[in-house]
Amino acid sequence: MVKMTYAEAAKLALAEEMRRDPLVWAIGEDLGRGGVFGQYLGLLNEFGPERISDAPISESAIMGASVGAAMAGTRPVVEMRFADFALCAVDELINQAAKARYMLGGQVKVPMVIREPMGMWRSSAAQHSQSLESWYTHIPGLVVAVPSTPADNRGLLKTAIRSDDPVVYLEHKNIWGYEGDVPEDETLIPFGKGRLEKEGDDITIVSWSAQMHIAANAATLLQAEGISAELIDLRTLWPWDRQMVFDSVEKTGRLLITHESVSVGGFGAEIAATVAEQLFSVLKSPITRCAAPRVPISYAPPLEAKIRVSSEQIVEAARKSVAVSAGFK
Amino acid sequence: MIQPLNQNIDKDWFLEHHIMMHRIRAFEETAARANQDKLVLGAIHLSIGQEAIASGVCKNLMKEDFLLSTHRGHGHTLAKGADPEAMMLELLGRRGGICKGKGGSMHIADASVGMLGANGVVAANINIATGAAHAIKLKRETNISCCIFGDGAINRGPFLEGLNWSGVFNLPVLFVCENNGFASTTRTDAMTSGEGAAARARSMGITAIEVDGNDIVSVDEITREYIANIRNGNGPHLISFNTYRLHGHTASDPASYRPAAEVEAAWKEDPIERCSELLSRLGISREILNEHRKIALEEMERVYKTAKEAPWPSDDNAFSDVQDLGDPREGAF
Repeated sequence: MVKMTYAEAAKLALAEEMRRDPLVWAIGEDLGRGGVFGQYLGLLNEFGPERISDAPISESAIMGASVGAAMAGTRPVVEMRFADFALCAVDELINQAAKARYMLGGQVKVPMVIREPMGMWRSSAAQHSQSLESWYTHIPGLVVAVPSTPADNRGLLKTAIRSDDPVVYLEHKNIWGYEGDVPEDETLIPFGKGRLEKEGDDITIVSWSAQMHIAANAATLLQAEGISAELIDLRTLWPWDRQMVFDSVEKTGRLLITHESVSVGGFGAEIAATVAEQLFSVLKSPITRCAAPRVPISYAPPLEAKIRVSSEQIVEAARKSVAVSAGFK
Repeated sequence: MIQPLNQNIDKDWFLEHHIMMHRIRAFEETAARANQDKLVLGAIHLSIGQEAIASGVCKNLMKEDFLLSTHRGHGHTLAKGADPEAMMLELLGRRGGICKGKGGSMHIADASVGMLGANGVVAANINIATGAAHAIKLKRETNISCCIFGDGAINRGPFLEGLNWSGVFNLPVLFVCENNGFASTTRTDAMTSGEGAAARARSMGITAIEVDGNDIVSVDEITREYIANIRNGNGPHLISFNTYRLHGHTASDPASYRPAAEVEAAWKEDPIERCSELLSRLGISREILNEHRKIALEEMERVYKTAKEAPWPSDDNAFSDVQDLGDPREGAF
């Protein structure tokens, strides 16, 4: 194992894949100087300006040209700078990249990775802080990845680059500097396989991306008061590891889903509905969601804090869930 | 319009254009009939009157060159070398359709001849074609990318973004604007500030010209010249062809928003008739020229008959080609 940050792990993955396959290239604003968050730092020296390519501030062309470049046999890694800015290229992603393979009856594939740094960081307000992962899960043709650790960021980005389909790859801005162990050999992480962050018997907590760390803290707090939470990091939302969630809920009988994004229409709703459909009879208490209120993200730290979902909120919700003792039917 | 006769013109080359233009016209007329017969259920957009651009541009492309087209893309697809039977099967949504019945008219494509797709979103193909050219450059290949779009597309963002991009990266791409006067059912002039596609392209440092798109000789010559420039590494070029959409926006649009006299005058500039006139003056008998239309109509009649009699695609097709995650009907997918 090697210690590295979330950002370094992604950079390592990209460099490894670019060395392996000359058809892999990265394109986005300010990549030459290392990217907005330094996640491309140093790559220009090794790969040159054609493969670590700067782009005009033209999100629709960055995305659209990458669709064409993918159809024409290369593997673009598209940097959107902020997930919020990818909204300038919605047609190119949703109407073109996601559907081209299907609409053309399988005559083309669109192997591209769309890196979208997402989430709340610090005082970045409503156009630089959003988590829109649930949108993308709604679109047939897309894979949606939401890594939370350095090891996962390396392993999932490599899988994403090798995928023949467009992958919306959402890295969380608040954990670029998060350090963790990364395997020394290259370990590819398949889509649709969750990670059991912590075993437990009383309640299943499902999360992903940076919120997973907040949930992990909550699980530790719960343990101290005698509630044993099992924590699952889904790692990818489409496909998502239903089986891991089902197995866990069958054991605990309780489910709490927590995500940083807005609760309404969030992916937590999909998980809750699926578990309710499949495992209603084993549930001992109502499924709970801890997610953001449906308001834009604020600038001032105390206002921003009102929108964050804290470990304490998760603990409180888990306590309530566990307090329902004999089933709620 | 009587033009000075160039006796050095390659008659055989333009006979082939004449044949292709008639094939496109016959395909479109047959598609219109299939629409009236209620066998084409989705919208179709006919390119009748614009055949010289399709034939003139595509005949100068190699099979390896990429082509991206618009919702009005039957002619381009046919001229790039696609099989009309597989195209008609697709229009009717039948088994054997070129996109397996999943795309229809607006997503017609034949990747085997470099035709990477018509597009249902105006101007969306501009960035895609630019990106295909970007891939060519990265791979050090010698083919080019060609993007045909309508005059309505020049008022969407991708026109600016894609053209700028192609210039910044000096990409091998030919942009072709078919200026047929109408953006959907609104006159483009009324909705466009400034002097149009070529002027806008020049403002971005891209070589561009406006040409009569109903004169097959002009279309062929300028396209050949620009493609040679592009193949020589001189970056993106744009041609804005002036033409006229002789039918409505869709096959079911009577286009009653324009005066009959205007349409009548436009028919006098029919590119096929102008090509016939040229070939006739070069000594080709009218009998031979008329035969081209007859043969084209017979071909498309056969194609239509085959399509009408073909079965629907199997239901499994609804669930294939989504992504590499297995059958969407199973489990999490």
